Amino acid sequence: MTIPFLIIAFVTLVPAAVAMALRNLIHSSLLLIASWAGIAAFYFWAGAEFVAFAQVLVYVGAVSMIVLFAVLLTRHTRIDAGLAPDSIGRALAGLLAGGAVFGVLLGAVLSTPLRVGAKAAAQVPVKRLGLELMNHHTIALLAIGILLTVSLLGAVVLAATDSKGKGATP
Amino acid sequence: MSLPVQLLWLIPALPLLAAGLGALTPRSGRKLASGAAILAMAGSFLLSCGALMTALADPAAHLVHNFAWLDLGEGVLRLGWLLDPLTAFMCVMVTFVGLLIFIFSTGYLHEDPNFTRFFCFLSLFAAAMLGLLVANSLLLLFICWELVGLASYLLIGFWFHKPSAAAAAKKAFITTRIGDLGLLLGMLWLYDSTGSLLFYDGGQGVLEATALGGLVAQTTIGGLAVSTAIGLLIFCGAIGKSGQFPLHVWLPDAMEGPTPVSALIHAATMVAAGVFLIARVYPLMAVDQGLATTPLHALTVVATIGAITALMGAMIAVAQDDIKRVLAFSTVSQLGYMMLALGVGSWVAAIFHLLTHAFFKALLFLGSGSVIHAAHHEQDIRRLGGLRGPMRITFVTFALGMMALSGVPFLFSGFWSKEAILHAAQGWNVSHLPLYAGLAAVVLTAFYMTRLVAETFFGSARSDEARHAHENSPVMTVPLVILAVCAILLGFIGTPAFPWLQSRLMGQTEVHGHSLFEGGGLMVLSIVLVAIGIGSGWALYGRRPRTTTSALDPIEKISPGLFGALRARFGFDELYAATVGRLNTATAALADGLDRYVWDGAVRFLAALGEFAGFVNKEADEDVLNGGFDATNDKIRGTARLYSAAQTGGAHGYMRTVAIGFVLLVLIVMLGGGL
Amino acid sequence: MILTPLHLCLILSSALFCIGLIGALTRSNAILVLLGIELMLNAANINFIAFWRYGPNPEAGTGVLFVVFAIGVAAAEAAVGLALVIAIYRHQRSIRLQDARLLKG
Repeated sequence: MTIPFLIIAFVTLVPAAVAMALRNLIHSSLLLIASWAGIAAFYFWAGAEFVAFAQVLVYVGAVSMIVLFAVLLTRHTRIDAGLAPDSIGRALAGLLAGGAVFGVLLGAVLSTPLRVGAKAAAQVPVKRLGLELMNHHTIALLAIGILLTVSLLGAVVLAATDSKGKGATP
Repeated sequence: MSLPVQLLWLIPALPLLAAGLGALTPRSGRKLASGAAILAMAGSFLLSCGALMTALADPAAHLVHNFAWLDLGEGVLRLGWLLDPLTAFMCVMVTFVGLLIFIFSTGYLHEDPNFTRFFCFLSLFAAAMLGLLVANSLLLLFICWELVGLASYLLIGFWFHKPSAAAAAKKAFITTRIGDLGLLLGMLWLYDSTGSLLFYDGGQGVLEATALGGLVAQTTIGGLAVSTAIGLLIFCGAIGKSGQFPLHVWLPDAMEGPTPVSALIHAATMVAAGVFLIARVYPLMAVDQGLATTPLHALTVVATIGAITALMGAMIAVAQDDIKRVLAFSTVSQLGYMMLALGVGSWVAAIFHLLTHAFFKALLFLGSGSVIHAAHHEQDIRRLGGLRGPMRITFVTFALGMMALSGVPFLFSGFWSKEAILHAAQGWNVSHLPLYAGLAAVVLTAFYMTRLVAETFFGSARSDEARHAHENSPVMTVPLVILAVCAILLGFIGTPAFPWLQSRLMGQTEVHGHSLFEGGGLMVLSIVLVAIGIGSGWALYGRRPRTTTSALDPIEKISPGLFGALRARFGFDELYAATVGRLNTATAALADGLDRYVWDGAVRFLAALGEFAGFVNKEADEDVLNGGFDATNDKIRGTARLYSAAQTGGAHGYMRTVAIGFVLLVLIVMLGGGL
Repeated sequence: MILTPLHLCLILSSALFCIGLIGALTRSNAILVLLGIELMLNAANINFIAFWRYGPNPEAGTGVLFVVFAIGVAAAEAAVGLALVIAIYRHQRSIRLQDARLLKG
């Protein structure tokens, strides 16, 4: 039970941490794909197969592509010169703040007695999920649809070039 | 040594592992990448031999191992492995030929900077191909089918900085996708009608009597049995993948890839996947045979397409000047032969020809690769010539391959497998046209192969590249020799006197031989035809070899019109560009016009309306309302300046503040016992 | 103190969250900052799944639904965020986050 979990945690955390420390942006993006795949594995392990598939489709498949495109469209050179934390002070402050957050989160988690439900992992079949979405959460589903459409249009407008070459059109 | 069916997944898993390793190897790790790929392939070969042992112990059984893959809520989607003699023979062939080609590649590409990437792709291809072979589910087969297509795309475009290679890769991918759409539709229809995609499942699979009976009993549009319609849709996939008419146009262009790729993917294995697919679903294709009411039998279509392709490919090959394109069209033609055999009802003959063809076509391609490598990437046979002396091993092995492909009698494997196909075609009771097409292709095959050998190896060297050619290192010649030995010996597992392969494939344990010369008339006829082909080829090209690169081809002197049409490959590419391509362009232009004038006009009109409203608003604002607010605003601005000092505009600072605030909040809650 | 599987999941998600946070706080590259934020979002999703899996009422599937919605929103966020990065890059030929200070008061 725990061994697969530890492996999953390892393949999730290590690539993520390394990705955040590397100077080569392409490598960072590729490592993050591994990390996202690890998260998908976690969902699978926890019995949420549908979410695992959604994670693979959206993150491993789609978001990674946008990221790679963004990297390719914006880079001057392969190694990003401005990438290293340019002021030591800011890097230290960032590390301290992040470490503090981790500290309090860990403290909170460890000091909370959690009761684990005795039931075995419940299967939520895709059909049930679909019915739930269409019955109880119709409004949310529609809202997500509209949000996606609007953000798609917004992304196009933001990234589109002005024909006169003066930069982004508002 | 035998391999249980539960462990069959190990065969594709090993190359997959090697592909993963290759992907992680830096460019300098050449030895590691190629060594891992070759070791994995060798391991797969041994496992395949084990699987063959298992399968031959009981050739009539379809050993399966199915498992649940995806819970759909109602019903479970299951995948599985399948082991029968068909799978086992194919696995052994793919791993063995693949192993030799991997070894050859280490020599052929040893100067290429992207050596490790190449082996990563090759291993990926091998994994997908082997997965396709062991699949016991049309869905799993389809997944691997697409992976194979992807690997083919990557490898054709391996030298992607050449525009022609990039275009060829795209063309191959898109053309085969057209066929794959048919396969996908057929698969969905099959699932809809039977509720399963497993081939064999203890009586419940789609290739077993219950499901087939149901499929053939229903009819659909035009009185077609459902099984016929599904079979034809699946055949669409095979047409695309196996380069059959009318989707054959991608295969010759695929020769832009490195030559080992052409040998492995576009001659020996992947293009044969279409033949394998039809052989695999043969019960489904053949179930409508007894049906009198249906207007069309699925296998009739297969035989027709196969016959057309066999003849057309052989005709075009006569007039090509690129050594690899001749072989490519020859592959198209031979794949047509296999389809023909499937269509006339002898799938074992098709698989026999597939196996022998894999060996001698891989041999021919590797031989051409050896020539190309020695002649500094000169592929035009008009500029080669006279290589017989400096490249002795390549010449001998290539000539053996040529004789096997031409069907020189008795000693060579190609002869026996082609005889089996012609016999089957003769025994087909629907029509004898496939037989005549096959016989015509026999002459043409012998003719163009003689032309190829005569132009490449005989005469005198016609360019500097050819003059400076010398034999390659053993890492390239040894695979040639091994393949040449196989190209000869392999025929003896399936002669009419000892049809060992055929009986094992049919699931029999003992071998029923016939007289070696059964149906002697046809055999004599085909021997005569081979002799005519080789003789006329030698008369035209061998006796008076071409002396200059620009000399006219002998056929061109006799009939320029015919030769031109053949050289232009009957204009299929132009035809497609003029029809499909133009339709696409027209649709795009229409959509562009709609966008530009109709929608854009509407948007502009709305924008103008908005602008007008804004103008009215502004006028009202400036004159009427502004004065009173100005005074108030000044005071607010003063206060705001005070606050805005905290707004540095740096996103990092904001995020840090949020993080610190969060920490403080949690500390207050935890230490202070809540607020 | 007993470490239940739920504890482990929560520790995993906190670690992932903090990796994302530290990345977002220390890196100058706007794309990496966005990726850090994506990681934080993913950590939150892990929490949803963990509480759903070990909670008192897993049959309801609420956690799963929540994550499905969150993934949808995250996709939109990634698209818009990266479009913004490209727009900023085009505006000032740099994707250093420190260079984007148009909001300075």
